[in-house]
Amino acid sequence: MASAAKKLLMDPFSDNNPITIQVLGICSALAVTVKVDTAIVMPLALTAVVTLSNFVISLLRNVIPSGIRMIVEMAVIATLVIIADQLLQAFLFDISKQLSVFVGLIITNCIVMGRAEAFALQNPPKDSLLDGLGNGLGYGIVLIAVASIREVLGFGSWLGFKLMPENYMGNGLALLAPGAFIILGLLIWAQRTVTKYVED
Amino acid sequence: MDLLSLAIKSIFVENILLAYFLGMCSFLACSKKVDTAIGLGFAVIFVLAITLPANWAIHHFLLAPGALAWVPGGKLAGLDLSFLNFICFIATIASMVQLVEMILDKFFPALYHALGIFLPLITVNCAILGGSLFMIEREYGFVESTVFGISSGVGWLLAIASMAAIRNKLRYSHLPDGLKGLGITMIMTGLMAMAFMCFSGINL
Repeated sequence: MASAAKKLLMDPFSDNNPITIQVLGICSALAVTVKVDTAIVMPLALTAVVTLSNFVISLLRNVIPSGIRMIVEMAVIATLVIIADQLLQAFLFDISKQLSVFVGLIITNCIVMGRAEAFALQNPPKDSLLDGLGNGLGYGIVLIAVASIREVLGFGSWLGFKLMPENYMGNGLALLAPGAFIILGLLIWAQRTVTKYVED
Repeated sequence: MDLLSLAIKSIFVENILLAYFLGMCSFLACSKKVDTAIGLGFAVIFVLAITLPANWAIHHFLLAPGALAWVPGGKLAGLDLSFLNFICFIATIASMVQLVEMILDKFFPALYHALGIFLPLITVNCAILGGSLFMIEREYGFVESTVFGISSGVGWLLAIASMAAIRNKLRYSHLPDGLKGLGITMIMTGLMAMAFMCFSGINL
């Protein structure tokens, strides 16, 4: 793979991660990470949406008048999210119920809008496709990391398999909202210490 | 009394930001100064209070299963258009925000200039769309939806204003490099969420 394309795809995993560095898409990162299975399905849906929306918007980038570009982007994104939601309801109904409103909220997920604005409007379709894919997967990695910590601490299991001894008492805080904020905060600290990123 | 209880619940106990994580992006981006935080908070209250009843009407008279029964002839009574919820809601929100912007510009120029840049940003605030989606999922009525909208907005304002105040103080503290900015803000939000959970016993 050409190095430029590889950079587009790999950068969002760590050096330019959408959640920990770009600060996009935090809402769903916290809300769907009580268990690992939802934290796997949600990024799949988001990756599909962000990849395709980047691709479509990049194809249209020379046609969209700049005054109404937000509305055009919204229409493209909302259509893709409706398709993703209908597919989830058809094939993964239980998980779709657990994700509840958060599938619909992919529309206002800042990653999708942010990448469309920041990348797809200026770059050719192929690069935009890779950028979307990379950002979706970079988001997925953080979600799975947060969900793993929360499920192991809270339920003593990982993806439904028991990890802790029988008499392990689940830590309720990890399952509640404050636990999610604090775990993500600590994860961001760790990630930024490794990549030496400092916010001013 | 039910309405009061719903309002207390959505401001404190189930705060839309601290319990459901909605509106985090603008919460993190705009909580550096107290007055911008308060301005944005009021804009959110305003837009939530308008879009929730509007979306309720759209859902109940056009999109819900069987909602088109009022059309003469009865041929449309069996339709279920609820899959169009997302795109209609976001379109309503975008156009309402535009409308609010125009009205403010014409009649309240001072307020318009104070909110200026934040108004268009509200379209992509997930608290707004999330409010509409929660309203459908929990099957609120018209009055309940309006109360829910306003009190969710008040809860959001409360959260962002107090966070801005805390971040003002944080500027003078020595933090490890990696924890500066986002890291410490998330941890502070966690502690705030924990404090808000103490309200969960309240039941009117």
